Amino acid sequence: MINWHTLFFFLFAIPTCLFAVAVVVSANVVRMAVCLIASLACVAGLYFLAAADFVGAMQLMIYVGGTLVLLVFGVMLTGQGGYASMKITSTNWLMAGLSGGALLILLLGCAALSVDAWSPKTVAQSAPTAEAEPTVAPLGMGLLGIRVDRLSQPEATLQSGMSGYFLPFEIVSVHLLVVLIGAAYLARTRRRREAEDSA
Amino acid sequence: MFILGQPVSLSHYLVVGAILFVCGIVCMATKRNAIGVLMGVELVLNGAAVNFVAFSCPFLRADSHLALGLDGHLITLFIIVLAAAEAAVALAIALCYYNTHATIDVDEGDELKG
Repeated sequence: MINWHTLFFFLFAIPTCLFAVAVVVSANVVRMAVCLIASLACVAGLYFLAAADFVGAMQLMIYVGGTLVLLVFGVMLTGQGGYASMKITSTNWLMAGLSGGALLILLLGCAALSVDAWSPKTVAQSAPTAEAEPTVAPLGMGLLGIRVDRLSQPEATLQSGMSGYFLPFEIVSVHLLVVLIGAAYLARTRRRREAEDSA
Repeated sequence: MFILGQPVSLSHYLVVGAILFVCGIVCMATKRNAIGVLMGVELVLNGAAVNFVAFSCPFLRADSHLALGLDGHLITLFIIVLAAAEAAVALAIALCYYNTHATIDVDEGDELKG
Protein backbone atom coordinates (compact mmCIF):
# COMPACT_ATOMS: atom_id res chain seq x y z
CA MET A 1 0.00 0.00 0.00
CA ILE A 2 1.31 3.40 -0.96
CA ASN A 3 1.84 5.94 1.80
CA TRP A 4 0.79 9.19 0.15
CA HIS A 5 2.90 11.31 2.48
CA THR A 6 5.97 9.32 1.43
CA LEU A 7 5.05 9.59 -2.24
CA PHE A 8 4.78 13.39 -2.05
CA PHE A 9 7.97 13.54 0.04
CA PHE A 10 9.92 11.79 -2.72
CA LEU A 11 8.18 13.95 -5.32
CA PHE A 12 9.83 16.97 -3.68
CA ALA A 13 12.99 15.41 -2.21
CA ILE A 14 14.36 13.87 -5.43
CA PRO A 15 14.15 17.14 -7.46
CA THR A 16 15.69 18.98 -4.50
CA CYS A 17 18.76 16.73 -4.49
CA LEU A 18 19.03 16.53 -8.29
CA PHE A 19 18.89 20.30 -8.75
CA ALA A 20 21.40 20.77 -5.91
CA VAL A 21 23.80 18.42 -7.71
CA ALA A 22 23.08 20.31 -10.95
CA VAL A 23 24.11 23.56 -9.23
CA VAL A 24 27.47 21.96 -8.45
CA VAL A 25 28.18 20.36 -11.82
CA SER A 26 27.02 23.08 -14.22
CA ALA A 27 29.71 25.52 -15.30
CA ASN A 28 27.39 28.27 -16.53
CA VAL A 29 26.39 30.61 -13.71
CA VAL A 30 22.96 31.37 -15.23
CA ARG A 31 22.12 27.65 -15.26
CA MET A 32 23.36 27.42 -11.67
CA ALA A 33 20.95 30.19 -10.66
CA VAL A 34 17.99 28.50 -12.36
CA CYS A 35 18.81 25.13 -10.74
CA LEU A 36 19.17 26.82 -7.34
CA ILE A 37 15.72 28.42 -7.72
CA ALA A 38 14.18 25.02 -8.55
CA SER A 39 15.97 23.29 -5.67
CA LEU A 40 14.93 25.85 -3.06
CA ALA A 41 11.32 25.86 -4.32
CA CYS A 42 11.23 22.09 -3.82
CA VAL A 43 12.64 22.57 -0.30
CA ALA A 44 9.57 24.74 0.39
CA GLY A 45 7.43 21.73 -0.54
CA LEU A 46 9.37 19.63 2.00
CA TYR A 47 8.61 22.26 4.65
CA PHE A 48 4.88 22.03 3.90
CA LEU A 49 5.07 18.24 4.23
CA ALA A 50 6.74 18.60 7.65
CA ALA A 51 3.77 20.67 8.93
CA ALA A 52 5.72 23.94 8.76
CA ASP A 53 3.26 25.94 6.68
CA PHE A 54 4.42 29.46 7.57
CA VAL A 55 8.10 28.59 7.15
CA GLY A 56 7.37 27.06 3.75
CA ALA A 57 5.50 30.18 2.65
CA MET A 58 8.38 32.36 3.85
CA GLN A 59 10.85 30.15 2.00
CA LEU A 60 8.91 30.76 -1.20
CA MET A 61 8.44 34.49 -0.62
CA ILE A 62 11.79 35.58 0.85
CA TYR A 63 14.18 32.98 -0.59
CA VAL A 64 12.78 32.13 -4.00
CA GLY A 65 11.09 35.48 -4.57
CA GLY A 66 13.69 37.76 -3.02
CA THR A 67 17.15 36.36 -2.41
CA LEU A 68 17.45 34.42 -5.65
CA VAL A 69 16.13 37.29 -7.75
CA LEU A 70 18.89 39.34 -6.11
CA LEU A 71 21.40 36.62 -7.10
CA VAL A 72 20.13 36.65 -10.69
CA PHE A 73 20.62 40.43 -10.76
CA GLY A 74 24.17 39.88 -9.52
CA VAL A 75 24.74 37.37 -12.32
CA MET A 76 23.45 39.82 -14.90
CA LEU A 77 25.51 42.73 -13.58
CA THR A 78 28.77 40.74 -13.54
CA GLY A 79 28.18 38.42 -16.47
CA GLN A 80 29.91 40.38 -19.21
CA GLY A 81 33.21 39.42 -20.75
CA GLY A 82 33.19 35.65 -20.61
CA TYR A 83 32.93 35.28 -16.87
CA ALA A 84 29.53 33.60 -17.15
CA SER A 85 31.10 30.16 -17.46
CA MET A 86 34.43 29.23 -15.92
CA LYS A 87 36.00 25.85 -16.38
CA ILE A 88 37.47 23.91 -13.49
CA THR A 89 40.32 21.45 -13.92
CA SER A 90 39.61 17.75 -13.58
CA THR A 91 42.07 17.43 -10.69
CA ASN A 92 39.99 19.92 -8.72
CA TRP A 93 36.84 17.99 -9.63
CA LEU A 94 38.42 14.75 -8.40
CA MET A 95 39.52 16.28 -5.10
CA ALA A 96 36.13 17.94 -4.57
CA GLY A 97 34.27 14.74 -5.41
CA LEU A 98 36.38 12.63 -3.07
CA SER A 99 36.15 15.01 -0.11
CA GLY A 100 32.45 15.66 -0.73
CA GLY A 101 31.70 11.95 -0.91
CA ALA A 102 33.65 11.29 2.27
CA LEU A 103 31.78 14.10 4.04
CA LEU A 104 28.43 12.74 2.81
CA ILE A 105 29.23 9.22 4.02
CA LEU A 106 30.34 10.63 7.37
CA LEU A 107 27.14 12.68 7.76
CA LEU A 108 24.84 9.83 6.73
CA GLY A 109 26.57 7.15 8.79
CA CYS A 110 27.29 9.11 11.96
CA ALA A 111 24.23 11.32 12.14
CA ALA A 112 21.33 10.80 9.76
CA LEU A 113 20.93 7.02 9.84
CA SER A 114 22.39 6.21 13.24
CA VAL A 115 19.54 6.93 15.69
CA ASP A 116 16.96 4.18 15.97
CA ALA A 117 14.04 6.44 16.91
CA TRP A 118 14.42 8.36 13.66
CA SER A 119 14.26 5.38 11.29
CA PRO A 120 11.08 4.61 9.29
CA LYS A 121 10.49 1.26 11.01
CA THR A 122 10.21 2.64 14.56
CA VAL A 123 8.12 5.56 13.29
CA ALA A 124 5.76 3.06 11.65
CA GLN A 125 5.48 1.10 14.91
CA SER A 126 4.89 4.06 17.19
CA ALA A 127 2.76 5.99 14.65
CA PRO A 128 2.15 9.30 16.41
CA THR A 129 -1.22 10.55 15.24
CA ALA A 130 -1.63 14.23 15.89
CA GLU A 131 -3.24 16.72 13.60
CA ALA A 132 -1.14 19.51 12.15
CA GLU A 133 -2.34 22.92 13.21
CA PRO A 134 -1.63 26.26 11.51
CA THR A 135 1.55 27.69 12.97
CA VAL A 136 1.14 31.33 11.95
CA ALA A 137 -0.46 32.65 15.15
CA PRO A 138 1.88 30.77 17.57
CA LEU A 139 4.89 31.94 15.55
CA GLY A 140 3.71 35.55 15.60
CA MET A 141 3.09 35.40 19.35
CA GLY A 142 6.51 33.78 19.84
CA LEU A 143 8.16 36.65 17.97
CA LEU A 144 6.31 39.05 20.27
CA GLY A 145 7.65 37.25 23.33
CA ILE A 146 4.72 35.01 24.30
CA ARG A 147 4.93 31.24 23.87
CA VAL A 148 1.35 30.05 23.48
CA ASP A 149 2.53 26.46 23.09
CA ARG A 150 4.31 26.47 26.46
CA LEU A 151 2.29 28.61 28.85
CA SER A 152 3.40 26.73 31.96
CA GLN A 153 6.76 25.23 32.80
CA PRO A 154 6.92 23.49 36.17
CA GLU A 155 10.69 23.03 36.14
CA ALA A 156 12.42 26.16 37.39
CA THR A 157 15.61 25.66 35.38
CA LEU A 158 13.69 25.56 32.12
CA GLN A 159 11.54 28.63 32.80
CA SER A 160 14.12 31.03 31.42
CA GLY A 161 13.77 29.36 28.02
CA MET A 162 10.10 30.30 27.80
CA SER A 163 10.62 33.98 27.23
CA GLY A 164 9.98 33.88 23.50
CA TYR A 165 11.96 35.47 20.70
CA PHE A 166 11.33 39.18 21.18
CA LEU A 167 14.99 40.18 21.61
CA PRO A 168 16.27 38.15 18.59
CA PHE A 169 13.41 39.62 16.55
CA GLU A 170 14.50 43.16 17.43
CA ILE A 171 18.16 42.34 16.78
CA VAL A 172 17.28 40.93 13.36
CA SER A 173 15.25 44.04 12.58
CA VAL A 174 18.15 46.36 13.36
CA HIS A 175 20.50 43.97 11.53
CA LEU A 176 18.40 44.21 8.39
CA LEU A 177 18.54 48.02 8.56
CA VAL A 178 22.33 47.91 8.95
CA VAL A 179 22.58 45.48 6.02
CA LEU A 180 20.40 47.73 3.87
CA ILE A 181 22.59 50.76 4.50
CA GLY A 182 25.83 48.77 4.21
CA ALA A 183 24.87 47.10 0.95
CA ALA A 184 23.79 50.39 -0.60
CA TYR A 185 27.07 51.97 0.54
CA LEU A 186 29.22 49.12 -0.80
CA ALA A 187 27.51 48.75 -4.16
CA ARG A 188 27.35 52.45 -5.07
CA THR A 189 29.18 53.55 -8.21
CA ARG A 190 32.51 55.27 -7.73
CA ARG A 191 32.88 56.48 -11.30
CA ARG A 192 32.28 60.15 -10.51
CA ARG A 193 35.05 60.28 -7.91
CA GLU A 194 37.46 58.43 -10.20
CA ALA A 195 36.67 60.91 -12.98
CA GLU A 196 37.37 63.80 -10.60
CA ASP A 197 40.65 62.21 -9.52
CA SER A 198 41.85 61.74 -13.06
CA ALA A 199 40.82 65.29 -13.94
CA MET B 1 10.83 -3.54 1.95
CA PHE B 2 8.67 -1.37 -0.31
CA ILE B 3 10.05 2.14 0.13
CA LEU B 4 6.80 3.96 -0.63
CA GLY B 5 4.92 1.94 1.98
CA GLN B 6 7.03 3.19 4.86
CA PRO B 7 6.14 6.45 6.57
CA VAL B 8 8.37 9.50 6.18
CA SER B 9 10.80 9.67 9.06
CA LEU B 10 13.38 12.09 10.34
CA SER B 11 16.09 10.09 8.55
CA HIS B 12 14.58 10.94 5.16
CA TYR B 13 14.80 14.65 5.92
CA LEU B 14 18.30 14.36 7.36
CA VAL B 15 19.50 12.64 4.17
CA VAL B 16 18.09 15.51 2.08
CA GLY B 17 19.72 18.03 4.41
CA ALA B 18 23.06 16.21 4.24
CA ILE B 19 22.96 16.14 0.41
CA LEU B 20 22.17 19.88 0.27
CA PHE B 21 24.98 20.60 2.73
CA VAL B 22 27.59 18.55 0.86
CA CYS B 23 26.53 20.06 -2.49
CA GLY B 24 26.93 23.52 -1.00
CA ILE B 25 30.37 22.73 0.42
CA VAL B 26 31.58 21.29 -2.90
CA CYS B 27 30.08 24.29 -4.74
CA MET B 28 31.88 26.72 -2.43
CA ALA B 29 35.16 24.85 -2.86
CA THR B 30 35.16 24.38 -6.63
CA LYS B 31 33.48 27.44 -8.17
CA ARG B 32 35.73 30.25 -9.35
CA ASN B 33 32.85 32.65 -9.88
CA ALA B 34 32.13 34.69 -6.71
CA ILE B 35 28.37 34.47 -7.33
CA GLY B 36 28.76 30.69 -7.60
CA VAL B 37 30.46 30.61 -4.19
CA LEU B 38 27.52 32.61 -2.86
CA MET B 39 25.08 30.01 -4.26
CA GLY B 40 27.03 27.33 -2.38
CA VAL B 41 26.51 29.28 0.84
CA GLU B 42 22.77 29.40 0.13
CA LEU B 43 22.70 25.62 -0.32
CA VAL B 44 24.53 25.06 2.98
CA LEU B 45 22.10 27.36 4.83
CA ASN B 46 19.16 25.51 3.30
CA GLY B 47 20.56 22.16 4.41
CA ALA B 48 20.67 23.48 7.98
CA ALA B 49 17.13 24.88 7.67
CA VAL B 50 15.79 21.54 6.40
CA ASN B 51 17.31 19.84 9.44
CA PHE B 52 15.74 22.38 11.82
CA VAL B 53 12.28 21.96 10.28
CA ALA B 54 12.60 18.17 10.37
CA PHE B 55 13.65 18.15 14.03
CA SER B 56 10.75 20.44 14.95
CA CYS B 57 8.09 18.17 13.45
CA PRO B 58 6.70 15.65 15.97
CA PHE B 59 5.18 13.26 13.39
CA LEU B 60 8.50 12.23 11.90
CA ARG B 61 10.03 10.53 14.93
CA ALA B 62 9.20 7.90 17.49
CA ASP B 63 10.34 10.06 20.45
CA SER B 64 7.94 12.87 19.57
CA HIS B 65 8.16 14.52 23.01
CA LEU B 66 11.71 15.58 22.06
CA ALA B 67 10.60 17.51 18.97
CA LEU B 68 11.71 21.12 18.84
CA GLY B 69 8.26 22.48 17.96
CA LEU B 70 7.99 26.21 17.50
CA ASP B 71 11.63 26.81 18.41
CA GLY B 72 12.77 25.04 15.25
CA HIS B 73 10.33 26.99 13.10
CA LEU B 74 11.44 30.32 14.58
CA ILE B 75 15.13 29.50 14.12
CA THR B 76 14.41 28.50 10.51
CA LEU B 77 12.75 31.87 9.97
CA PHE B 78 15.83 33.58 11.38
CA ILE B 79 18.02 31.49 9.06
CA ILE B 80 15.95 32.60 6.04
CA VAL B 81 16.10 36.27 7.03
CA LEU B 82 19.82 36.17 7.77
CA ALA B 83 20.46 34.39 4.46
CA ALA B 84 18.67 37.22 2.67
CA ALA B 85 20.81 39.78 4.52
CA GLU B 86 23.98 37.80 3.81
CA ALA B 87 23.12 37.57 0.10
CA ALA B 88 22.56 41.33 -0.09
CA VAL B 89 25.90 42.20 1.54
CA ALA B 90 27.85 39.52 -0.34
CA LEU B 91 26.41 40.67 -3.66
CA ALA B 92 27.36 44.24 -2.84
CA ILE B 93 30.90 43.04 -2.09
CA ALA B 94 30.96 41.04 -5.34
CA LEU B 95 29.83 44.09 -7.33
CA CYS B 96 32.47 46.22 -5.61
CA TYR B 97 35.08 43.56 -6.44
CA TYR B 98 33.90 43.48 -10.04
CA ASN B 99 34.12 47.25 -10.31
CA THR B 100 37.67 47.40 -8.96
CA HIS B 101 39.16 44.26 -10.55
CA ALA B 102 37.02 44.06 -13.75
CA THR B 103 36.64 40.32 -13.11
CA ILE B 104 34.49 38.08 -10.90
CA ASP B 105 37.07 35.28 -10.60
CA VAL B 106 37.89 34.79 -6.93
CA ASP B 107 41.38 33.48 -7.83
CA GLU B 108 42.33 36.97 -9.02
CA GLY B 109 41.68 38.63 -5.68
CA ASP B 110 45.00 37.72 -4.08
CA GLU B 111 46.39 41.12 -3.05
CA LEU B 112 46.20 40.25 0.64
CA LYS B 113 48.18 37.00 0.47
CA GLY B 114 51.20 36.81 2.71
